[in-house]
Amino acid sequence: MFAFAYHRPATLIEAQAALAASEEAKPLAGGQTLIPTLKQRLASPSDLVDLGGIPALRGITVVQDLLVIGAMVRHVEVATSPIVATHLPALAALAGLIGDPAVRNRGTLGGSVANNDPSADYPAACLALDAVIVTDRRELPAGDFFTGLFETALQPGEIVTAVRFPLGGEATYEKFPNPASRYAMAGVFVRRGEGGIRVAVTGASQGGVFRWGAAEAALAAGFSPAALDGLRPEAEEMIADIHGSGAYRAQLVAVMARRAVARLAAAR
Amino acid sequence: MRDLTLTINGAPVSVAVDERTLLVQLLRDELRLTGTHVGCDTSQCGACNVLLDGEAVKACAVLAVQAEGAGVVTIEGLAQGEALHPMQAAFREHHGLQCGFCTPGMIVAGIDMVRRLGTELDAQTVRAELEGNLCRCTGYHNIVKAIQAGASAMAGPAPAAVAAE
Ligand SMILES: Cc1cc2nc3c(=O)[nH]c(=O)nc-3n(C[C@H](O)[C@H](O)[C@H](O)COP(=O)(O)OP(=O)(O)OC[C@H]3O[C@@H](n4cnc5c(N)ncnc54)[C@H](O)[C@@H]3O)c2cc1C
Ligand code: FES
Ligand code: FES
Repeated sequence: MFAFAYHRPATLIEAQAALAASEEAKPLAGGQTLIPTLKQRLASPSDLVDLGGIPALRGITVVQDLLVIGAMVRHVEVATSPIVATHLPALAALAGLIGDPAVRNRGTLGGSVANNDPSADYPAACLALDAVIVTDRRELPAGDFFTGLFETALQPGEIVTAVRFPLGGEATYEKFPNPASRYAMAGVFVRRGEGGIRVAVTGASQGGVFRWGAAEAALAAGFSPAALDGLRPEAEEMIADIHGSGAYRAQLVAVMARRAVARLAAAR
Repeated sequence: MRDLTLTINGAPVSVAVDERTLLVQLLRDELRLTGTHVGCDTSQCGACNVLLDGEAVKACAVLAVQAEGAGVVTIEGLAQGEALHPMQAAFREHHGLQCGFCTPGMIVAGIDMVRRLGTELDAQTVRAELEGNLCRCTGYHNIVKAIQAGASAMAGPAPAAVAAE
């Protein structure tokens, strides 16, 4: 690890000041991605600003037809929250599939969306549910927030404070985890509601999380697994690595999508 | 360097640490609590699991400075004198280890399961919950049995179970 200064502010304002003090300063949330990255010397922030002491970044609430989850809410809290279980059970189930119990005891929603790992789970939920990412400066729809592989619209020093998920409709998530890392090899989040059908795919694409337009159109014409017959994303656009070829991932996406649709159709 | 005060296995500890120090390095290298192991550099094996304010965490993925003011319990802090913690006793009873390298992390994971899910754990649940703990020896079968038995034993009034809280 390269040397850094460590700060643990108690308020958002102090955190903003600490981040503004250096261009190379970075927020630290659950550390489940950042600390392994620092260990490998793949990042060299001058300052780490630990967001763990800021109460305003915690909490799970329902405000009218929105579920609002603070950036520092840990995966275990989303997975076990009675509020999430009641209002958005698919999100609770997704959180319970992230990594393993010790990772879920530390990792946070804000850290996951800020990191935008192409194999992370939350970005699929945010995109399919048309969630709004709230920062200390602005509010961004998920479609504008996630801009590519490990890329987001966040500016230097900008802090994700919460994510707002619109409620209503039905949703489910199907994930094929890598057996070693537990990250998604393909994860498909399907939402059916007033705004229509949205299908978001993570884990598979070279460009990171994406909406699968062809599947959305097919499902709009008829909501059943059979509607997806023959559909799969372009293998050339999928990630190809030691864990699987592009064609394999494209096939996984198709299977996960069909399973998700079957589950939703059966639940009605 | 930064002054750090925390509680480790019930005892107050004050040390000056480099900000870069991982919790597992503080435990092993500074405090010589070498029961917590390091089995990987990818945060995947769970050999370094310790209880941080009662919750299982990977001590290789937590900075020591993040544990300021917290209570840490390692494998060394579970037994009460000569009396093993019920989860430790169950691993011995059910032959839940061979080389023992993964065992401290497995035992901590088992205790965390009980905290979250209670003392009645079926085998399928234990297997799913162990996704973050790798064992290169046993094939897991006896680890699952040991955790189930240890969980049941933690339901009992054994004083050692209370000490683990
Ligand atoms: C073994 C293992 C398995 C995993 N499996 C999965 C999995 O199956 N699915 C999955 O989705 N994830 C998985 N993860 C990743 C895990 O979910 C991380 O917790 C998450 O990606 C990052 O969240 P964090 O809170 O740990 O953030 P950190 O690691 O602390 O930070 C990550 C990045 O986000 C930035 N950041 C953090 N919070 C904010 C904020 N509020 N505003 C702005 N920037 C911020 C940091 O500066 C850093 O660049 C796994 C991790 C491990 C170690
Ligand atoms: S050493 Fe911490 S998970 Fe392997
Ligand atoms: S007993 Fe040897 S690694 Fe598990």
